[in-house]
Amino acid sequence: MTVNSQPGAELPLQSQENVVIRFAGDSGDGMQITGNQFTTTSAIAGNDLATLPDFPAEIRAPAGTRPGVSGFQVRFSSSDIHTPGDSPDVLVAMNPAALVVNIADLKPGGIVLVNTGNWGETDLKKARLAKDPLKDGTLNGYRLIEIDINQRVKEALTDSPLSARDVQRCKNFYTLGLMYWLYSRPLEPTEKWLKAKFGKKPDLADANITAMRAGYNAGDIQELFQGRYEVPPCDTLPPGTYRNVMGNEALSMGLVAGAELAGLELYLGSYPITPASDILHYLSGYKNHGVVTVQSEDEIAAICSAIGASFAGMIGMTSTSGPGVALKTEALGLAISTELPLVLVDVQRAGPSTGMPTKTEQSDLYQAVLGRNGDAPLPVVSCSTPSDAFECAIEAVRLAVRYMTPVILLSDGYIANGSEPWRVPDADSLEPFRVKFQTETKDFHAFKRDDRLVRPWAKPGTPGLEHRIGGLEKDEHSGNISYDPINHERMTHLRANKIMGIQREIATPEVFGAKEGKLLVVGWGSTYGSIRSAMEICLRDGKSIGAIHMRHMWPFAPGLAELFARYERVLVPELNLGQLARLLRSEYPGVEFISYPKVQGLPFSTAELVARFDELV
Amino acid sequence: MSDSNVTPLTKKDLKSDQEVRWCPGCGDYSILNSVQTVLADLGIARENLAVISGIGCSSRFPYYMNTYGFHTIHGRAPAIATGVKIANPELSVWMITGDGDGLSIGANHTAHMLRRNVDVKVLLFNNQIYGLTKGQYSPTSPVGLRTKSTPFGSIDRPFNPVSFALGSGATFVARTIDTHPKHMEKIFHAAAQHKGTAYVEIFQNCVIFNDGCFDSVANRKVRDDRTFDLEPGQPMVYGKEGDKGVRFDGFDVEFTDAANAEVWDPTRPTTAAAQILAELDADHEKPTAIGIFRQVQAPTYDGGVRGQVNQVLATKGRGRLEDLLKRGETWTVS
Ligand code: SF4
Repeated sequence: MTVNSQPGAELPLQSQENVVIRFAGDSGDGMQITGNQFTTTSAIAGNDLATLPDFPAEIRAPAGTRPGVSGFQVRFSSSDIHTPGDSPDVLVAMNPAALVVNIADLKPGGIVLVNTGNWGETDLKKARLAKDPLKDGTLNGYRLIEIDINQRVKEALTDSPLSARDVQRCKNFYTLGLMYWLYSRPLEPTEKWLKAKFGKKPDLADANITAMRAGYNAGDIQELFQGRYEVPPCDTLPPGTYRNVMGNEALSMGLVAGAELAGLELYLGSYPITPASDILHYLSGYKNHGVVTVQSEDEIAAICSAIGASFAGMIGMTSTSGPGVALKTEALGLAISTELPLVLVDVQRAGPSTGMPTKTEQSDLYQAVLGRNGDAPLPVVSCSTPSDAFECAIEAVRLAVRYMTPVILLSDGYIANGSEPWRVPDADSLEPFRVKFQTETKDFHAFKRDDRLVRPWAKPGTPGLEHRIGGLEKDEHSGNISYDPINHERMTHLRANKIMGIQREIATPEVFGAKEGKLLVVGWGSTYGSIRSAMEICLRDGKSIGAIHMRHMWPFAPGLAELFARYERVLVPELNLGQLARLLRSEYPGVEFISYPKVQGLPFSTAELVARFDELV
Repeated sequence: MSDSNVTPLTKKDLKSDQEVRWCPGCGDYSILNSVQTVLADLGIARENLAVISGIGCSSRFPYYMNTYGFHTIHGRAPAIATGVKIANPELSVWMITGDGDGLSIGANHTAHMLRRNVDVKVLLFNNQIYGLTKGQYSPTSPVGLRTKSTPFGSIDRPFNPVSFALGSGATFVARTIDTHPKHMEKIFHAAAQHKGTAYVEIFQNCVIFNDGCFDSVANRKVRDDRTFDLEPGQPMVYGKEGDKGVRFDGFDVEFTDAANAEVWDPTRPTTAAAQILAELDADHEKPTAIGIFRQVQAPTYDGGVRGQVNQVLATKGRGRLEDLLKRGETWTVS
C-alpha cells in the first residue's frame, strides 16, 4: 500500500441512496460482531436497514477453509427497504476463502477489500486455490483494495499490553473503522459498546478502539478509495422510538407480551435446535417477567412439559425447528384432543431430516397444517419479517387461549437471524385478552362448549371442578371416555368447526398494488421483503399486478375466493416445492395457481422475482 | 403438604363415578384401593391432587380417581407431570406408569425426572408384560419368556427398575407388592412425605398375560420367607418367625439369623449398598428386598425453577413490558 500525496480526507463526499456491504472472514474473525456494529451505528444514523447473517454449518471449521467462512450482509438506506439486497456493493474479504466463496455475488464494479496479511501460499492452499485470485484476473471489473490488515493492526497496537495473538484478534475492528470512514459513520456508538462489553478488561476495549481508529484514520490519511460516501437518514420512517431487532428476539418478546396480555404466566419447554435456540436463550433471560423456562431432555419432553403447564394453568409454549416438530407431533395431537392452549414455534430450516440447519426454507407448511394422525386441525400463523414476528407471537397466544387449542407459529431461519429497525410499540396500546378460568361448579364438565365451541379451562386447585382429561375420545355431553361411533364423528366435526370459526376474526389480507388485473402474487412468511421489493419495481413500470401476504395459514382468511377472481392468474412464490400452492388448489379448486418454487436454502432475490412477474404480465 | 382447614376425605370421596375396567383379579385393583386409602389419609384437599399417567393398563388409573387427572400419551407422563408440578407447586402430583410406559418408551423421561428430583410421586406397576396391547414381552420380562412377540423366548436382558432409579440419582426409591396392602400403604405414605421424586416399583400381577410372574416371592404363603423389608433404621430381619436376618459381607449379602442382621440405612452417601440389595432378586433364589432402598434429601427441581424466578424478581424487580421492548440501543424518528 502506497501513501498517496492526496489524502483521503480531502475526497468529496458523495451521497448514495442505499448500500450493501458484506463482511466475510473466518468464523473466528468476528464478522458477525463487525456486521452487527455497523448495523447498530447505521440505525442510530437514521437509515432503514436489513441484515442477513450467513453462518457456517460447522462451529469452527478449520481456519482459512471455505466451509469456515462466516458472512454478514447489511443493507442501509435513505429510503424504505425490505430486503438485505441481492448483491453487495462492497465485499470485505479477510482471507482467500472468504473472497472465493462470496465474489460471485458482488455487483459489477463493486469494491473488494482484501486483507493481504492472510494471503500467503498456505492461505491460498487452505482455500483450495491453485492460483492467486488477486492476480489471475478473477477480480477484473471490480475495484480492488489491498491492505495488510495484520501488519496495520500490529503497528497500531505496538504499545498494547496484549499478546501478539490477541492483537491480531482486533483485525475486525480495524476493518470496521475503515468502513466507518468510507460511509462517514460515527465511531462513538461502537466505542461505547466496546467499553461496556469489556468493562472488566479495559486492555481489550482499548486495543479494539485503537484498532478501529487506526482503520478510520487510514481512510483519512491514505488514498485507498476513489471517493467517500454518505447515506442520508431515511425520512419516510414513521415517527416513533426505534430499535434494531432480530426475528428470534422479536418473537420472544411477542410471546412474553402475549402471556402478559392473557394475564398468564409463561412456561417454555424447549430443546436446543438451530435456528430456534435463541428463543430459548432470550426467554431464559426474561425471568424478571416471571417467565419459566425448562431445557428439557428432548423435543418430546419439551412440548409435553408445556402441555402439563397449560393443564395446570400457565400458558405452555415450546420452540423448535422442523425435525423437532416431527418429534412433537404426537403430543400436539394430545393438546388438540384435550383442547389445551399451547404455542409451538417452528423456526423452519432446509429439510428433510437434518437437511441444512443454517439455511432457510419454508417447507414445514404441510407438516404444520396437515402433519398429524387423525383429523387434527389447529391454527397456523406465519410471520413475515423480524418485527412482524412480535405481532404474530401475540396473535398465536391470543388464538391459543381464546380457542383452547395448540397453535403453530411459523418463522424461518431468514427471519430468525435477520434484523431490521423496529418501531417499538407502546406497551399500553396492546389489546389485552385476559383469560377467565372456570370457577362455576354448577353443570360443569370439561368439554362443555360455549357458542364458539370452546371448552372451559378449569385448572387443578379449583375446588369442585375435579375432572380427568386425556387423549381418548370424549363424550360430547359428559366429557367421559366414549367409543361411540356417532359421538366420535360429532366430536371430530366440533373440533374442526371450532378451528374454522377462527375465520370470523381474521381480516382478508390487503392488496398491495393493483386491486384487480393480470396477476396476483400470493406470498407468505419470509418472502415478504423480496416480493415487496419486486412489486415496487413492477408497479413503477406500470404493471397490472397486485400482491397479498398471508399471515393465517390455517384457517385461511375469509374473502380469498373473491379476491382471486379479480385477477387473470395467481402466482405463489415460496421456498419449497409448492406447498401453499397445493393447499390453495384444494381449498379453491376453480382458481389456477401457478407455483413458483425455490429450494436452495436461500431467499428469493428481488431480481429473480421481477423476472418471473414480468413473464406473467 | 397437608391443608389444615380441609374437611378430611374418605376413601369414597376419591372414587370417581367411572366404572373400573381392569380384568377381574388384576393386581391394579388393590393398588387403586391402597392409593385411595393413603391419599384420603394425607389431609390434602381433593382439588390439590393431580394424577398423571401415560398409556397402558395401569395408566387408566386417573379415570378412577375423583381428583384432577390427565391420561396422557405413551411414555411421556414424567414430562407432563414435571410441567404440572412447576406450574402449580401447591399440587400433590402422582404419576402412574408401567414397565412398558415407564421403562421402555418413557425410560428417558423417567431417568431425567429422577435426576432432576421433581416433586412427583411415581408408582410403577411392574407386571413384566405389555397388557393393553395383549401380551408382548416388556423391558422387565425375564430372558426366555415366551410371549406373542417372543414365541421362542425373549432374548432381551431385562431392566431392574430399582437399579435403574438408583442409577438415575433418585432420592427416594422403594419396592412393594400388590398383594400386600399393608406394606403398600406404608410405602405410599413414606413416598407422600418425601420431598422430591419418590419412585415406587410395585410388583403387580397380570392375571391374563403373565399370571403368577411374581409368585415365587409375592405369594402369601412364601412371602415372609422370600422377601425382606428394608425399613429405615431397622435391622434387616425377615422370615415367618422373624428369625432370619440379612447383613453385608463386603460386596456380598449374607443371609444369616436375626441376631446378626444389619441395620438398614437408606440415607448412605452412595447408592452402592442399595444397588447390591436391589439386584438380589435377579436369580429368584435368594430372598428379594422390598421396602425403602433410598431416602435422601436434595433440592427439588420445581423448587429450584420457581426459586430462581422469584430470586430474579426480588433482585431486579418485576420487569415492565415497555422496558423489555426498548432494551438495547433505541433512537427516535420525529
Ligand atoms: S391385561 Fe393384565 S394388567 Fe391389564 S388389566 Fe388385565 S390383568 Fe391387569
